[in-house]
Amino acid sequence: MKKLVAIVLALMLVLPVFATGEEYAGTITIGIFEPASGDNGPGGKQETLGMYYAHSLVNTVDLNGKLYKIELVEVDNQTSADKAPAAAQTLVSRNVNVVLGSYGSGASMAGSPIFEAAGIPAIGVSCTNPAVTLGSPLYWRICYTDDFQGDVLANFAYNDLGISTAYTLNMLGEDYGAGLVNYFTKAFEKLGGSVVADTFPEGTSDFSAYLQNAANFGSGVIFSPSSTVYASLLLGQAASMKLEVPFVAGDTWASSVILQAVQNTDTKVYFSDFYDENNKDATEISKEFVTGFKAWLNASPQNLTNNGGNDIIAAVSALGYDAYMTAIEAIKKTETGSAAEIAAALPGVEYEGVTGKIVFDENGDAKKDIAYIKIADTEKLDYIFVTTTSIDTEE
Amino acid sequence: MEWLERFFPYILAGLSVGGQYALIAIGYTMVYGILRLINFAHGDIFTVAGFIMVYMSATMPLYISIPLTIILTVLLGFTVERVAYKPLREAPRMSIMISAIGMSYLLQNLMWYVTGGLAKQYPVIPFISDSIVVWVTTTKIVTLVTPVLTIVLVILLQQLIHHTKLGMAMRAVSRDFETAKLMGIQINSVISATFIIGSFLAAVGSLLYFSNYPTVTPTVGAMPGLKAFVAAVFGGIGSIPGAVIGALIIGVSENLIKALGYSTFSDAFTFALLIFILLAKPTGLFGEKIIDKV
Amino acid sequence: MKTNKLSWMIAFVLLALMFAGLYVLEQTLPPTTMLFTILKKSVIYALIAVSMNLLNGFTGLFSLGQAGFMVVGAYTFAILTIPVQHRAMVYQYYDGGIVQFALPAALGILAAGAVAAVFAFLVGLPVLRLKSDYLAIATLGFAEIIRAFIQYEGLGPLTNGSNLLRRFPTFTGIIPPFAIVAFCIFIIVMLIHSTYGRALKAIRDDETAAEAMGINLFFHKQLSFVISSFFAGVAGALLAMYQGSIQAASFKSSMTYEILLIVVIGGMGSISGSILASFLFIASSEWWLRFLDNELFIGTFKVPLLRSGFRVVVFSVIIMAVVLFYRRGIMGDREFNLRFLTRGRSKAKERKNG
Repeated sequence: MKKLVAIVLALMLVLPVFATGEEYAGTITIGIFEPASGDNGPGGKQETLGMYYAHSLVNTVDLNGKLYKIELVEVDNQTSADKAPAAAQTLVSRNVNVVLGSYGSGASMAGSPIFEAAGIPAIGVSCTNPAVTLGSPLYWRICYTDDFQGDVLANFAYNDLGISTAYTLNMLGEDYGAGLVNYFTKAFEKLGGSVVADTFPEGTSDFSAYLQNAANFGSGVIFSPSSTVYASLLLGQAASMKLEVPFVAGDTWASSVILQAVQNTDTKVYFSDFYDENNKDATEISKEFVTGFKAWLNASPQNLTNNGGNDIIAAVSALGYDAYMTAIEAIKKTETGSAAEIAAALPGVEYEGVTGKIVFDENGDAKKDIAYIKIADTEKLDYIFVTTTSIDTEE
Repeated sequence: MEWLERFFPYILAGLSVGGQYALIAIGYTMVYGILRLINFAHGDIFTVAGFIMVYMSATMPLYISIPLTIILTVLLGFTVERVAYKPLREAPRMSIMISAIGMSYLLQNLMWYVTGGLAKQYPVIPFISDSIVVWVTTTKIVTLVTPVLTIVLVILLQQLIHHTKLGMAMRAVSRDFETAKLMGIQINSVISATFIIGSFLAAVGSLLYFSNYPTVTPTVGAMPGLKAFVAAVFGGIGSIPGAVIGALIIGVSENLIKALGYSTFSDAFTFALLIFILLAKPTGLFGEKIIDKV
Repeated sequence: MKTNKLSWMIAFVLLALMFAGLYVLEQTLPPTTMLFTILKKSVIYALIAVSMNLLNGFTGLFSLGQAGFMVVGAYTFAILTIPVQHRAMVYQYYDGGIVQFALPAALGILAAGAVAAVFAFLVGLPVLRLKSDYLAIATLGFAEIIRAFIQYEGLGPLTNGSNLLRRFPTFTGIIPPFAIVAFCIFIIVMLIHSTYGRALKAIRDDETAAEAMGINLFFHKQLSFVISSFFAGVAGALLAMYQGSIQAASFKSSMTYEILLIVVIGGMGSISGSILASFLFIASSEWWLRFLDNELFIGTFKVPLLRSGFRVVVFSVIIMAVVLFYRRGIMGDREFNLRFLTRGRSKAKERKNG
């Protein structure tokens, strides 16, 4: 009896349902491989919003006079490197033609072998660890990488903040933090600074000992690229300890969670970001995106909630938008929009995006050389723009 | 003196964490004392208490939401015992432990479902969340309140156990389950009372813990839960003062390990301590001798 | 005795049929089908579950260290088999690491089992003296300690610290994992049917009585522990091959709990139960119940409760129901056997003769 039920259930799900609209020549499926839960849930949701917004603008492609429908399939990789392979496998079994994501490097790297085995190209959105694309022929990336970001932040801390000792703190087993700390440390020490490194295990709530360590070492800055869940605990405890050391972090901290954590405190939080919605010198494309996206957000309470309850545009939303549009550009260069054709087309894509021009180098990374340094406003929920930096990494 | 000045902040924080572990550890040790069951779901009850408070305080003032949180947590602990443990009273010990693991799995998944897997911000409880200067360090008032409150609660609990009828029944059941039953003790009420007390303390512990570390996630209770259990074993399972002393020792030593720069091992140390004590003195610091029932 | 021989033969025929079926599936279905993923994962979990059952179900040792030995196996495999040209990239923070050779995958899997077995031997020396739940918590503790050591920065050149290991060989088809697991389970079954196996069961049923009969308790417990861990290590290596990347952080105690629940669902002390439960567990958690995670509209009516996370809730309720009401699991401690086929024959024979 049990067996019979099992067989019937299996049959029900083995037979995939292909629903093709009558007026379309076919469907091209774009897989969204993002965290909707777990430590990076809030950021992943914002990134996904950018993609859905882009999809609301462009949802068909014309290939040789035939109209193809673009469909989005979303899976939740739950932020974790151990849940990511199963999520990636789900996308593969749904026959997606191209994958967008993920927010974090760990999930991207864990999903990468599965996409590669299935021959599906993937476009990383805000995963900054160089190892995501390095040696993975089918992984591309929209954002800048950690060697650049680490360099920028080290220079900012050393030159602009005038600090010579840094305390670094990242979570054990998180590729994003480990990578960024590594590049930051190299750059900071090259400039003449000294670094004390520390790590915390997953599930830590009590950061007082770490903060005390930072104070004891007399470090002028705490460099802590961690997920926002830990960041808010860290910042909260720093505030109640009245710690005056400023924090510096990477792109992950560009989040409403961080802004809420520093409200009405004296904690200074600097972070680098991919994009600045208030940039006065922004391109037309960028300005159009800002107004369009805000209107789209405000039109739906569900979208607003997913964005963190306000309409501040996260850089990752802009990146999500660009990733989707880049995929569309690549699809346009194909005959039928198959995975193999998209993979072949991606290296040749040139696209003027919201976050800057997107052209891929030989590793598959977008050539990005501008980071926006911001500080979190402690009085109202907003960022204050500090400076843009671009460093010539080829010395 | 210089040494003390350097390590004082760590010790203070450690005492506070230890106090919170202690409040959870008492729940473990009392249940183990009576049922010989490692209640794996206890850490999750602690976390659920955190979420209840998050949701309650969103709509209600604190003076209602705090007592309501405690009542609901107690109710949860009571229900868990009735649903998952009581039907297995006559079953082998392994079955009931597996039931506890299953219950922990269920509670965690339920929390993940309700919250969508996202971290929730714990409400600020005024006064105890304010900062205060203590000698060379600044900390939240709750850090000082925790150890004190823990000790007060433990003293009250000791009074209950040694000077009331219920306490006498508890001691009798934990000494000899079968005989106590024959003597006419209402075993089920005694066990329920144990779970109620344990859950009450876990709820209080969660109030203090999350006031200090105001982010609640579905798995946040797993580590404190395990450490509290280790504390209970370390102090001698079944012994309440033992659990408290074990918890304080663990809290302080893990902070000192972080201070010395071995933070990778701060969790591993707790388990190493556990294995050491199990091998050297399996009954813990203050434990009674275990009689093997054949 | 004859019927026994016959059932062995039938078992082999069935196995051969299974492999033939797998081959046909592989030739006909596209390789990206979810079915293959599920089958691969299930068969690996079947090995882990059987190895745990050997300890918990057949020897009566309540050990919760399975994830710890799996992580040892997975890491041993990955460290030894990553091709040299990829090492610089994988060990990006440690200048390519200290291991500068690569073994073939088959040797890597053997080594994974062997290293896990050595660890188990060392851990077993102190821990196996403990009783029931103390043993459980001590093995759980050891698993956590092993995990912390692997993540330790100082061992980075060997283990890549807490970072991902990847680029090691993976499965090329569905046959290899099935073949390896079938072989491993066959060995475990042989062990259980040997005198050692009977001694283990005697220990499970009554330790004191077993000792009185002259069974060396410690030796047999240690034997069971080491063998179980050997196969947990092999399964760890297979899991690594299945996933394509591994990280110590994912081998948490919750992984051990999951396997324990599989063993319980299948029935403590039943090999076929564990295998069956693994397939049911993985298929329903990763596949059949997936629809519970997606919002469903029938017309304009939104089916309540369905959203991300509901699947695991339903799933854990089912598990609790099994634990509470079908305490003996699907198979109890019986085995799925082919006696009913042979019994019919022998009865017929009896009738004929009679």
